Amino acid sequence: MMIGEERTLAKKLIQEIFRISSKEINLMEFCGGHTVAILKQGIRQLLPGHVHLLSGPGCPVCVTATGDIDSIIHLSGYRDVITATFGDLIRVPGSTSSLQKSRAEGNDIRVVYSALEALDIARQNPGKRVVMVGIGFETTAPTVAASILQAAREGIKNYLVYSLHKLTPPVMKALLDSGEVKLDGIICPGHVSTVIGARPYEFIPLNYRIACAITGFEPLDILEGINMLVRQIESGTPCVEIAYRRAVKPEGNLKALELMEQVFRVGSAWWRGIGEIPGSGLQLKEEYRVFDAATVFQLTPQDATEPAGCLCGEILRAAKTPLDCPLFGKKCTPEQPVGPCMVSAEGACSAYYLYGESDG
Amino acid sequence: MDKILLAHGSGGRLSHELIKGYLLGYISNEILCKMDDSAVISLAGRLAFTTDSFVVKPLFFPGGDIGRLAVCGTVNDLATSGARPLYLSLALIIEEGFPLGDLQKIMESMRNAATEAGIKIVTGDTKVVNHGGADGLFINTSGIGVIPDNTNISGANARPGDKIILSGTLGDHGVAVMAAREKLRFQIPVQSDCAPLNTLVESIMEFREYIHCLRDPTRGGLATTLNELAGQSETGMIIYEDALPVKNAVRSACDMLGLDPVYVANEGKMVVIAAPEKSEQILEAMRSHKYGRESAIIGEVTAKNPGRVIMKTILGASRIIDMLSGELLPRIC
Repeated sequence: MMIGEERTLAKKLIQEIFRISSKEINLMEFCGGHTVAILKQGIRQLLPGHVHLLSGPGCPVCVTATGDIDSIIHLSGYRDVITATFGDLIRVPGSTSSLQKSRAEGNDIRVVYSALEALDIARQNPGKRVVMVGIGFETTAPTVAASILQAAREGIKNYLVYSLHKLTPPVMKALLDSGEVKLDGIICPGHVSTVIGARPYEFIPLNYRIACAITGFEPLDILEGINMLVRQIESGTPCVEIAYRRAVKPEGNLKALELMEQVFRVGSAWWRGIGEIPGSGLQLKEEYRVFDAATVFQLTPQDATEPAGCLCGEILRAAKTPLDCPLFGKKCTPEQPVGPCMVSAEGACSAYYLYGESDG
Repeated sequence: MDKILLAHGSGGRLSHELIKGYLLGYISNEILCKMDDSAVISLAGRLAFTTDSFVVKPLFFPGGDIGRLAVCGTVNDLATSGARPLYLSLALIIEEGFPLGDLQKIMESMRNAATEAGIKIVTGDTKVVNHGGADGLFINTSGIGVIPDNTNISGANARPGDKIILSGTLGDHGVAVMAAREKLRFQIPVQSDCAPLNTLVESIMEFREYIHCLRDPTRGGLATTLNELAGQSETGMIIYEDALPVKNAVRSACDMLGLDPVYVANEGKMVVIAAPEKSEQILEAMRSHKYGRESAIIGEVTAKNPGRVIMKTILGASRIIDMLSGELLPRIC
């Protein structure tokens, strides 16, 4: 689409939102990718003043519990271990250190783009144990599952996964049950929904009378999603709508779901700033325990205290915004992050800091 | 001999053999070939002098290598003061065991870049360090150029009302290197834009009284460069998202990796800040140069918001463009 066309369509959608929207409403964008896209495009400035957008817990790096980060740092200290991890996790502070610091101390920590790359490292380093840190939601879990199946097929014995994978619908339920924030609608994650589809969100309109729209990351996708939510809310007919039909099917990606099902079982998980949520994590099934770093290294899920003054917990629960945090932009910046929301490119604090709005 | 040995850096016979037998031939000229401990050159007028070190990984990437980068980087830094680059020094720090064939390829590519830029390498140094003491090869180059009369180009000279011109597409180098480093395979391969920009700058020097700032947006990308200029000049800047040239392949790669093209490195682009009355003519001159075909006016300098860079988004909203902080890391989902 040409930029001109895109702008015209965007204008139409914004006018439509202004026309139908009458009430003060809170919409939560679950996904950090949406927070970034919304701030980058300045979408908040274009909406009616009574439509509030709140950032949710959908930043995989941000919700990794401090205690789990400590476990990963501990793992990376074994002389025969190569730790493989996705991008920005290496900068996240644990209780006392970070993977970046551990790497500077001489431990072998590699940033990978996919679990299959970590498997490659295992093939090339038969004398070492390669631990892939499995973080992320339903988006990354299928490829990690595929890497374990591949390792099993090839008989690769030095490949391990430390699964900290988390599930989206259970944390949504936990947030709604807590009643801490009054929400009218949820912008559901785009990439996660390509895997799980639309059905897992159906309990939200049904049990909580909250509107849902699954959307992509282009400005038009987001505006269309917001438009759907406002319409559902104003007409009092909450449901799950898909504004991202080119990528999301109601039933999801069956192949990816099957891979996850084969390798993982659902268990409890610790969420930074939220706590332990039963049924919100993925652990390796018994038959794959030789690949399970949690079993091999006897790691137990745990939580640890947050740095003093850090509001990442409240921000991840959408109870506060980054601008409410006294550390934001002062003691906590992308160069010297205090909490994870300032570290990750998908974190709300980093997005607010980098893409702050201007009266231009 | 197919690998560099520690003894090649000893200063003795093997050093001479390496330099005379394998390296000098690529870059020889009458000054260098005297083989004195210092190059003797005659220059008159105001001089520009700069130095830069190159530690890129991988050493070879689509569209260039560390050799081309080492010449172009220093040539471009000289060009940003309006200088005509003339002489370069070259220091090689080589890790023991480095393949001679690779070193020769790099020397050849330095020769080609120097020839293209019309610059001479007049003095040099070679050191070999223990295995593990360097990552293959590090290069330092310093350069000297002469600044024409009536030139007053500095990062502190932007004035409200000036136009911001960019010489072409954003992010090509950073994406090409990242793809090579991480072995990412894109359907449309992205080539680094690494190029010497001195002739592009020379092509607009007839308007030099109207040119206020020149800067090459390398590491930290356009965003960091504009923030530096806004800070130095104590002005604001506004850029238009829809005016920024970005190749489709680079945009897709950035989307996938969670990067923003305004923060990704370039090695063959120039930002020109010029008085509005001549900006169209400067743009036209840039567009007729081979390294400036996709030049565009991307914004202007403002009195408002001194030290800040604001982007008008495609949707018409405004946001602040800050400097790059930390290293660029790909996102997870």
